[in-house]
Amino acid sequence: MAEPLDDYIDAVSKALALPVEDAWRPAVRANLEVSLRLGRLVDEFALPDETEPAPVFTA
Amino acid sequence: MTIKPESTAADIAKAVAGGQSSALAVVEAALARIKQHDTILNSFTDVTADRARARARAIDADIAAGKKVGTLAGVPFAVKNLFDVAGLPTRAGSKINRDHAPAKRDATLIERLEAAGAVLVGALNMGEYAYDFTGENVHDGPSRNPHDTTRMTGGSSGGSGSAVGGALVPIALGSDTNGSIRVPSSFCGIFGLKPTYGRLSRARSFPFVASLDHLGPFARSVTDLALAYDAMQGPDADDAACTTRGVQPVTPLLGESIAGLRVAIAGGHFQKNVFPEAVEAVGHVAKALGATGVVDIPEASRARAAAYVITTTEGASLHLGRLRKRPNDFDPAVRDRLIAGAMVPAPLVDRAQKFRRWYRAQVMELFKSVDVLLAPATPCVAPKLGQVNFTLDGVEMPVRANIGLHTQPISFIGLPVVAVPVPLEPLPIGVQIITAPWREDIGLRVAHALERMGVVSAPPPRGL
Repeated sequence: MAEPLDDYIDAVSKALALPVEDAWRPAVRANLEVSLRLGRLVDEFALPDETEPAPVFTA
Repeated sequence: MTIKPESTAADIAKAVAGGQSSALAVVEAALARIKQHDTILNSFTDVTADRARARARAIDADIAAGKKVGTLAGVPFAVKNLFDVAGLPTRAGSKINRDHAPAKRDATLIERLEAAGAVLVGALNMGEYAYDFTGENVHDGPSRNPHDTTRMTGGSSGGSGSAVGGALVPIALGSDTNGSIRVPSSFCGIFGLKPTYGRLSRARSFPFVASLDHLGPFARSVTDLALAYDAMQGPDADDAACTTRGVQPVTPLLGESIAGLRVAIAGGHFQKNVFPEAVEAVGHVAKALGATGVVDIPEASRARAAAYVITTTEGASLHLGRLRKRPNDFDPAVRDRLIAGAMVPAPLVDRAQKFRRWYRAQVMELFKSVDVLLAPATPCVAPKLGQVNFTLDGVEMPVRANIGLHTQPISFIGLPVVAVPVPLEPLPIGVQIITAPWREDIGLRVAHALERMGVVSAPPPRGL
């Protein structure tokens, strides 16, 4: 049975021309689940619209 | 004087400058010790013996000619193998980068240490592309803990921890993106300095996460840490993030009183997910400093999450071409994490970067009422090599991803940290001495005071 993230992994793999062999898929999926879970923790924190990152770039 | 394996850099430099020992004799002793013990520790990937001997002879010639020598005259040191060393490909723990052309010029920090008289003796093992907390490497084998060679050094600067903890060299350099100096310092029972983001030049070192990468020294004493740090400070146009501040030497300040400094224990996130030894170590340090107050660093768990997101995505971006062309030449564990990182939606990365600035402002508020924060460097003492899980607060968790739980929220905003070793039995463990940006001086003074009180010290290597 396909896992929930498999379609997404296939689509991004194609979009980025990034190979994901079948043998790697469970580990890639597990890592992506962790990244998205932690990403959600960041996402759900309300920041003021005016918040900017702190880039090093200096014009 | 007789140079012993545990001799400090300060003692070596004094003996060499004073003519009690030649730089060449010191270097030969270090090379012999590496030869004797590194078959077990596996901390070195390259030993630059010819270069080191030539350099040592040049120092001895300068001394014979009455020339002034630097503060680190004749002191052997080694660097994590992501630093460019002229004549070697900069492998950064990988198989792929071994195909690179040899570096044409040393990294800035190597040049600066050698300008102070130190002698490079080699390059050190590390976790592949620095995406690691264990010190294990599938291509070169694991670096081993000098106190128990069946255990991890911690990573990713594992060879640096092993070489200094094993007293093969008094000083080593490493990098720290999420904890890669502080974790090996903790597991190997040595001092480590992760300076303020931008303080030390990263020029001519192989990157990992530009937003979070730092370089810094390891040593067996606070004075040695300060001597190395002072020798490496200063602006460098070759690193876009390097400060334009002038050199702010700390060594002359080490003996200053720490009375009046406001020291607090980091609470919340930093008191969760810890084994008893980490609690004990922080307790020892807090007691010695008279610190009883607990301060909560707001949103530290979320800061760790944001550091994770930035790390995995910037790391993926860095390696995208290699992931396409040579995926089978990566450590599979690193490859699969990087591929997943390439798939994280961009808005999450942008929000993580914006959160970083918000979080920095909160922590800077906190530093108006405290000067020093204490936190565990690692949740536990060194795990066994190959150990996959540990149980924290009743929850089975993967070792690899969670060793840096308490270091990530700090490096996320570039705060300077001195990792100090508490010599518990049977294994040492580190505590983070955290200060406001650009206040390495305070952290090193506190570490020095703790060392003089006998609370922190680098134990002799028990596994050799």
